[in-house]
Amino acid sequence: MTYSRITLTVNDLVETVDVPQHMTLLQMLREKLSLTGTKNGCSAGECGACTVLMNDEPVNSCMVLAAECDGATIVTVEGLAKLGKLSKLQETIIKTGGVQCGFCTPGMLISATALLKRNANPTETEIREALVGNLCRCTGYYRIVEAVKESAAH
Amino acid sequence: MANAKSKEKNLTVVGASVPRNDVLEKVTGSATYLDDIQFGNKLLYARAARSPHPHALIKRIDTSKAEQYPGVKAVVTGKDFPERIGLYLKDKTIFATDRVRFLGEPVAAVAAITEEIAQKACSLIEVDYEPLEGVFDAEYGASDKAPLIHPDLGKYDCVNFIFPKPGTNISNHFKIRKGNVEAAWKQCAHIVEKTYKIPHIQHVPIETHGAVAMMDQKGKVTLWASSQSPFAQRNLVAKALHISHSDLRVIAPMVGGGFGSKAGLTMEAIPVALATKLPGYPIKFILTREEEFYTNFVRQGLTIHVKVGCDKDGNLLALKNMMYWDGGASTEYGTNITRAGGYSSSGPYDIPNVETDSICVYTNHPIGGAYRGFGMSELHTGIDQAMDELAEKAGIDKVKFLKQNAISEGDIVVTGMTMHANGIQQCIDNVAKAIDFSKKGEPSSSDRLRGKGIAIMWKAPAMPPNPGSSAWVELSEDGKATVGLGGQEIGQGTFTVMAQIAAEALGVKYEDVRIAGPVDTQYSPYEWQTVASRLTWSMGNAVRAAAVDARKQILDVVAEAWQETPEDLDIIDGMVISYKSEKETPLTDLVVYGLPKPNDEGWMGGPIIGRGSFMPKYVTNLDPETGQGPRAVVHYTVGCEGLDIEIEKETGRIHVVKAAACFDVGKAINPALVKAQIEGGFVQGLSSAIFEEIRLRNGVMTNPSFVDYRIATTTDAAFPLDTTYVEVPQDDGPWGARGVGEHPMVPTIAALGNAIYDATGVRLEGPPYSAEKIFLAMLDNGKIN
Repeated sequence: MTYSRITLTVNDLVETVDVPQHMTLLQMLREKLSLTGTKNGCSAGECGACTVLMNDEPVNSCMVLAAECDGATIVTVEGLAKLGKLSKLQETIIKTGGVQCGFCTPGMLISATALLKRNANPTETEIREALVGNLCRCTGYYRIVEAVKESAAH
Repeated sequence: MANAKSKEKNLTVVGASVPRNDVLEKVTGSATYLDDIQFGNKLLYARAARSPHPHALIKRIDTSKAEQYPGVKAVVTGKDFPERIGLYLKDKTIFATDRVRFLGEPVAAVAAITEEIAQKACSLIEVDYEPLEGVFDAEYGASDKAPLIHPDLGKYDCVNFIFPKPGTNISNHFKIRKGNVEAAWKQCAHIVEKTYKIPHIQHVPIETHGAVAMMDQKGKVTLWASSQSPFAQRNLVAKALHISHSDLRVIAPMVGGGFGSKAGLTMEAIPVALATKLPGYPIKFILTREEEFYTNFVRQGLTIHVKVGCDKDGNLLALKNMMYWDGGASTEYGTNITRAGGYSSSGPYDIPNVETDSICVYTNHPIGGAYRGFGMSELHTGIDQAMDELAEKAGIDKVKFLKQNAISEGDIVVTGMTMHANGIQQCIDNVAKAIDFSKKGEPSSSDRLRGKGIAIMWKAPAMPPNPGSSAWVELSEDGKATVGLGGQEIGQGTFTVMAQIAAEALGVKYEDVRIAGPVDTQYSPYEWQTVASRLTWSMGNAVRAAAVDARKQILDVVAEAWQETPEDLDIIDGMVISYKSEKETPLTDLVVYGLPKPNDEGWMGGPIIGRGSFMPKYVTNLDPETGQGPRAVVHYTVGCEGLDIEIEKETGRIHVVKAAACFDVGKAINPALVKAQIEGGFVQGLSSAIFEEIRLRNGVMTNPSFVDYRIATTTDAAFPLDTTYVEVPQDDGPWGARGVGEHPMVPTIAALGNAIYDATGVRLEGPPYSAEKIFLAMLDNGKIN
């Protein structure tokens, strides 16, 4: 098996990792770095549970090869809270009740964080469009959308 | 606080929308789900070799090449595990033995050092099959022309309320014979007769099924599973593998969605089977998304022929139901769905004459299991649309029709049981008002049609007559309480609700109650299963009893120490107070160390641990020929949903303008969680109504991916949804509560179907009500050109 040695920044920490060439970013995060907050729902880029930020863009980490991530900056759900302080979106989704089983939550939070970074005041339609690739089977989405709306700058 | 003179207390925690107690973990990525548990370098990976045929005899299995493949540690097949398993009817084995009955059925499994090696080894297992004619339609399967799928049906063990017919593919036939239907037709002024077909669908938890098993050198097995049913799994695995219950430990971490799919026992037995061959090695098995779609439980298909009649004033007189459930290759769980469909077959209507035949049929389709609603969504899809047509035929306003026929306290339901007090009238009123049902809305543009639909529902917890719950409440030096329980947090919020119940009953703050998790059969008290919307009611009763018991132990000690009577004492926010002497003391320390005796000669009390259990003791079996008996179920939760929709004439696409849902929950322990259940259930129901179908062609699922099997996304739920609840108390529920987890997706398909009819004048046979289907139906019926 051929390995690549890559160096990347994950949640503000610089990591050097030897990865098999067929290993995905998702597998690397979960298996090499033990960042198990990012979830696998389909391994096919369809459910959004594995969404992470790669150079500020939301990506399905199951669709990205780890070897491509040399030099990249990655943010996972574990990187949203800083020094134990939750992000505004994390706080708000607790308040609105937008979490049930919680399995889609990490990917959902990352997609919403990416949206709020590029658009501080999204409309409801823009929120729904930004989250359309993140499947949730529990909530019906109402309280998730409400959380994003409430965390947007006013 | 001690100045309070009255013991009359208002509820402080029960009825409050406190935040969930599992949410901080979930928003920070630190909540532990099955695949997040670390097992170290000894971990092995399992894959299953599966049948490529829907129905075939197994002539030969050769595993030698797989066994020799480098990295493979063990290969198992059905010959090592012949014992049959089943919740209600023991009709399946862990691996197929002499015959495969659906495409995807496990035939063998491999444990290897990597998942890739395990998968490769599976492909090296040689199996010779002799394909057999398949059964792909339930009605055909029930006929005497169909080939037999389980020739040994007569030898299978089953519970005494399931009635298989050996020599056929019918694994249960539930009958209702109430009144005289044939005579009643003659009294009817209006009759509607329809057939609906409801397809198989999938639960689609975002976390697929997963389990890890390990056996130690003494033969004790530990199973970690994403599970709604750790205790039922312990029971089923123990019996199938001849392991003592006490030597089988099931640990159930956070569950990433269940919806019924993780109840009972399915793929979890596979890593256990492998583990028995490899003492000391943990073995992990996680389903791929494709496997999740058709190799595990699905929701059964249903064909329902319904005939219903009323008098000239719209009073229902008779109902005849013929239901064929497509149970799939095993109906070990599905037989009880058929039974539930039978004993609830009238829907929430008062009908004097009812004849029902609810028939569970083996087919060569994926195995049907519990699915949120347990048969009720499918059943109500038929009944509530037939009622809509009947109301129209009788020329009666639809809301009036529902209200005059809805089941009310004292009515005799289809099984002969007397209906309890319920809030269905209020539910109908709330929904009708929310969508302004009586007013026909104008379409927003000329290329759209507009319509409204409404439907009512009921559902009882479907379970054996005696499913138990138990709980303990323990206090620690800090005066905080920990609740031991065996029901699972699957997203519905049960850990939060149980903490609220314990806090209220004990007299401590909600923030001062912990749940002892994860559920672990070695330490947690028994709970039958996390199904049937039964936890708030059943486990809630057990937790309340345990908290009351702990409270009594505390008050007895303090009363003796203070030389007062317990009746004069209370616990408020963690302080024991006396209304008489106005003394007070915090719970800290005394709940572990006790208190010194009044004369200072020794100590009294000690560690406090309260225990509670609950089991309904009044449910009776029913007559097998008539379905009649004193009490078929514990209770019914009722409700109503309505939709105001527009349909694009050019495409048939549905746009929901507004929707509304209301359920009678008895008592909302946590109103925000009740509303969250209603929202999630409604959207799941709508998703099943518009998009979802396991497309089966000769036993092959042709759409096993999220691209081809679409579920509702954010943009599909972009409409206002009015959610309300009413509270007519349940006589034996904690503070009057009854369940609401499943109910919100039960009437949705029917309510949408009625709205589509109102908009287009077209009545579709069965869901999903896709744009294409609606467009073609409008075209065929000359509604558009």
